[in-house]
This record gives sequence, C-alpha cells and structure tokens, in this order.
Amino acid sequence: MDGVNSLVLAVIGVTMMLAGYFLYSKFLSKKVYKLNAEFRTPSHEFDDGVDFVPTNKYILWGHHFTSVAGAAPIVGPAVAVIWGWLPAFLWVVFGTIFLAGMHDLGALWASTRNKGQSIGTLSGRYIGARGRNLFLVVIFLLLLMVVAAFAVVISGLLVAQPGAVIPTWGALVVALLVGQAIYRFRMNLALVSVVGVVALYGLILLGDRFPVELPDQVMGLAPEGVWIVLLFVYAAIASVLPVWVLLQPRDYINGIQLFIGLGILYGSVLIATPTLVAPAWNENVPADTPSIVPLLFVTIACGAISGFHGTVASGTSSKQIDRETDARFVGYFGAVGEGLLALGAIIATTAGFQSLQDWESVYESFSSGGVPVFVEGGGAIMNAGLGIPEGLSATILATMAVLFAATTMDTGVRLKRFVVQEIGQLAGIRLNTVVATIVTVGIALALTFSQGGDGSGGMLIWPLFGTTNQLLAALTLMIVTIMLMRKGRPFLPVLIPALFVLIVSAWAAFVQLGTFYADGEWLLLGIDVVIIIAAAWVLVESAIAMGRVAKEPKEPEDDELLTEAEKLPSRER
Amino acid sequence: MAASGLARLRDGLRGLSRGLEEFYVAPYRRTMARARRDEEDLFMMLVLSEALGIPNPASGATLELLPEMLDRMHDWHIRQGMKDLPIEGLSCC
Repeated sequence: MDGVNSLVLAVIGVTMMLAGYFLYSKFLSKKVYKLNAEFRTPSHEFDDGVDFVPTNKYILWGHHFTSVAGAAPIVGPAVAVIWGWLPAFLWVVFGTIFLAGMHDLGALWASTRNKGQSIGTLSGRYIGARGRNLFLVVIFLLLLMVVAAFAVVISGLLVAQPGAVIPTWGALVVALLVGQAIYRFRMNLALVSVVGVVALYGLILLGDRFPVELPDQVMGLAPEGVWIVLLFVYAAIASVLPVWVLLQPRDYINGIQLFIGLGILYGSVLIATPTLVAPAWNENVPADTPSIVPLLFVTIACGAISGFHGTVASGTSSKQIDRETDARFVGYFGAVGEGLLALGAIIATTAGFQSLQDWESVYESFSSGGVPVFVEGGGAIMNAGLGIPEGLSATILATMAVLFAATTMDTGVRLKRFVVQEIGQLAGIRLNTVVATIVTVGIALALTFSQGGDGSGGMLIWPLFGTTNQLLAALTLMIVTIMLMRKGRPFLPVLIPALFVLIVSAWAAFVQLGTFYADGEWLLLGIDVVIIIAAAWVLVESAIAMGRVAKEPKEPEDDELLTEAEKLPSRER
Repeated sequence: MAASGLARLRDGLRGLSRGLEEFYVAPYRRTMARARRDEEDLFMMLVLSEALGIPNPASGATLELLPEMLDRMHDWHIRQGMKDLPIEGLSCC
C-alpha cells in the first residue's frame, strides 16, 4: 500500500495552522482578549530604554520565536511518532491552533494588562500568596527536568553522529569570536553574521570529514556519560561568564541558524516530496511502549502547548510589545512557528526512510526514538531534495539540534541558579554565584546519572519534563481564566483547554508513578509525587479563586476604564 | 529610476541592519544594564573611598570627580541599603 505523500501532509498542516491564525486568533483577539490598539502598553508606560522598549512587531516576533523554539519541539514528535504519524500530527496541529496559540497569546495579554509582570507575580496576584510558592515549585521542577533531559539528548546525538562533535564545540569558539568582534572591535553586525554562519558551516564540513568518537571507556564511563559530564562543566562555566562573551552571540547565531534550518528542511520536503512510510496508526508498537493516552499529550509538549512559552511571553515580550494588538502576531504566530518545527520533525521521522521495515527497525523500542531518528530521516530527505550527501545532511541537522539543546541547557542552568539563590534566601543562607552554580549542576547531574551513565534513562525523564511543562501551562491558563471571569468575558476557550491539559498531565503522572514503582526508580518516583501534588494544588487554588471571583462585581471594560489621557494616539496612516 | 531603486535598496539594507542589531542586543539589554550599574557602583566607592575611611593614593584625582558624581549619589546609597549617606559633611537628600 502506498503511503501518504509528505508534501500533502505539510500543506494540510500549514494551511490549518494558518487558518488558525487568521480565524481563531482573530476570534480570540476580538471576543476574548479584546485587544485594544489604544491601550497604553507597558513598553510606553514605563519606557526606560532597558526592559521596557516599544519594539517593531516583526523583530519582537523573531525574539519571541527564537526564545521559545529549541530542541524540544523536535524531540517530542520524534519520540511520539512511534504511535503512528496521525496522532502526533493531529495533536500538533490542533494543539497549536486551540491550545498553544491561545495560551501564548493569553499569557502575553495577561502580562501586558498587568504592567508586564511575570506569570510568577501574576499567580501571586490572582491566586493568592500560596500561588507564588506554587509557581516557584513548578518552575524549579521544570528547569531541573529541562537541564537533565537535554543533557541526555545532546550526549546521545554526539555519540550517534560523531561528525557533529567538531561543529558543536567549534560553534562555541565562533560565538566567542563574534562576541569579541561586536563588543571590542565594533564591527558591522551584518558582516559578522555572514562570516559567523559561513564559519559554522565550515566547521560542519570539517566535522563531517573528521568524526570524533570517544573510546568505549574513559575512567569507567561510557561515551555518553563523558559527554554528559563535559556538557555540565560547559553549562556551568557558560552560565557564570558575562553574557556578552558567549551567551549573547551564541543565542544570536542560533536564532539565524533556526531560520536557515527550517528553510532547508521545508525546502527539501517541497522538492523531494517523500512518502510517509510509517503507518498512520501504528498497530504494531514495540512491547515497552506506554499507552498513547495520556502519554502522547506529555511526550509532545512544545509544539502543541508548552508552559515555558508563558514565562518568555510574560518575562520579556510583554515589556516590549508596542501595541496590544501586536500580541496576536507575536504570541499566536510564535506558537505557529513552533508548530511548524514540530510538523517538520514528524515528517522527517516518518518519511525519511525507505520502507516500513526500515522504519520499524529504527523504532524498535520506545526509548530508541528521538532526535537521532530526526537527524537520520531528515538527512535522507535533504539528500533527496537538495542533493547534499546523506552523512553531511545528518551532520547539519545534528549540529542544529545540539546547538538548540545546548542553548536551552545553559540558559536553564543560569535561570535555575537564580531560583536556587532565591530558595537559599528564603532559608536564610546567602549563596554566591559559584556555590549556587555548583548546587544547581550537582542536582541536575545526580538526576541524569541516577538513570545510568550511558544516558539510557533519558526516555524516563522526557515525559516527566512534558508533564511539568503542561502543568505550568495549566497554571498560566487558570490565571488567564480568572482574569477573564473578572471582566465578565467568555472564558471557556481558555478554561476547557486548561482543564484538559491539567487532567492529561496529572493522569500521565499517575501512569508514570506505576512505571517508576515497578522499575524501582525512587528519585523519579519522588519527583513524580511532587508533580501530582502540585497539579492538585493548582486545581484547588484556581477553583477557590474562581469561586471568589464569581461573587465579585465585574470589572469595567476599556471604554469605561481608560481616560483619553491614558490612551495611545491612534496609529499614523 | 535606477537611482531611486538603489536608494530604496540602501534603505532596505539599513533597515535590515538595524533589525539585526535589535535582534542581537535586546534579549540581554537588562543583564547588560545591571552589569554596567554594578561597575559604576564600584567606581562610586572608589571615588568616595577617602571619605569612607579607605586610604586612596589617587584621592586628588577622585576628589575632582566628586561634583560629577553627586547627582548619582542618592540612588547609589539607597541601592547599597543605606537610608542616609554615611559621609559626614555631605548630604544629598
């Protein structure tokens, strides 16, 4: 039987997501969030040239998208296609339209209406003092999970694609040089960007010629274990360096690389139009595969809905948004961008193989899916589409994925250091940067190695990461619901997805509880219990807050709320 | 015609360049501003070191800077957690 052509799938998916943007986000902006171009946004109210800067919506979208998109929308779908391409496709497309876009736009709106405050502060304001602690717990778990999960993902890739070793570490040197060129020598940024990208691709060519494979055992560690240790050492150093030295230029180059990568991937699909060899619905899943419901919904988090986006939307984007109406493009379309990345990952992992037998031999167990398959399948499509040799294509994609994951990892370490310091302060201990970084890295390293030094436990950590991520999304959506109820607006488009996400993530956590108990994974079991408690906590606190709000008089709408002086002048035409 | 096309291209390139610059700078603006402020706080302490009782071989030079720094002194001592300026004979608020 001939499978579906991937181009058909891409066209259907892209069309649906665009329809979501043009129709559903319009409905949300008009009827639910009631975006108002005259509302004085925080960027105008507190314009300080530092945090609060009115920014062109296309540039802001670029930031927002590159901050939220990373390796996660690749890893999730690459694992989840084991149930067949159709469930993953449906969850990504409908998730992007009705959940992710709505959530990202909602978080951006909520923060813009509250002086650009973060979701953490908003949970204190709308849920109560306990809401703030709840948020701290969830964010701590999320950062812990993301750092551990991504360390496993990167180490696996470096072993599977030894060609990516030189470009991965060489990219750091490129970033260091770019940072020096910009800050010390004040060179032209456009020129430096071109040179930087060319240098990166030069390193990819070099790495492809000279793959680096570690010996089987280094001081009793498997190669994956060695990479994990080196990655944590790198992340620890990167997170304490001044940001202009490494993090800033590296984020920038990665941002550009993201657009190039997406272009190459979709361009190849357009030219090669490979057939989906994987079944739409896999009847023949490997024995160790967990049940599709609820695990699908936490395996693909980013790409369908991700709470992490809310922290970006309320952390920086809301402080830079020029007009409130721009939120539709920045927030909703940012989610569409991530959905496209996830869709690309689905196509690469289901169409990049010769036959169903080939595909099944790759997905022979639940833990064998993931980015290496994306790299292999995507490499084959790039070879067919653009004629780039398969090995080189795979090296390009592997480098891209590693760089995304590494960006998230060191930023995660940096953010978690702040959380550790904050917790230390609550306990009355003052932790300096070095000590806090050691604590941060130590905890994450312990979690990673508790799953074995060869990175084999990554597939246990991954769904747990998805669960925490969904939990955060549910918390954000509950806050948005409460805000809408206070204004007497339709809130079901937010509340129903919030309940759905909360239920599937709690359900998944219960399912995993059984798995961890059976496997004797006590550390993960403990974390899972904390997640379940946090989920119940979110539900109870939001129910209490909603009950309170239902009795209160409704807040006035903008036409009564805003005086002429508080409005922004209408746009010059 | 050709000239205006060229001018438009140049404007477009300049716009692109500005966009890239914003893309580079904006995400870290806050971190940078904080680092700059920390550096200035250190400098403020150097300028005031003699008055704070720390011997400073370059006090002649730093004394000259004092009037320059007066404007920023209030924010500085508030930031350091001191309600009043700890230096006798100087007052800012």
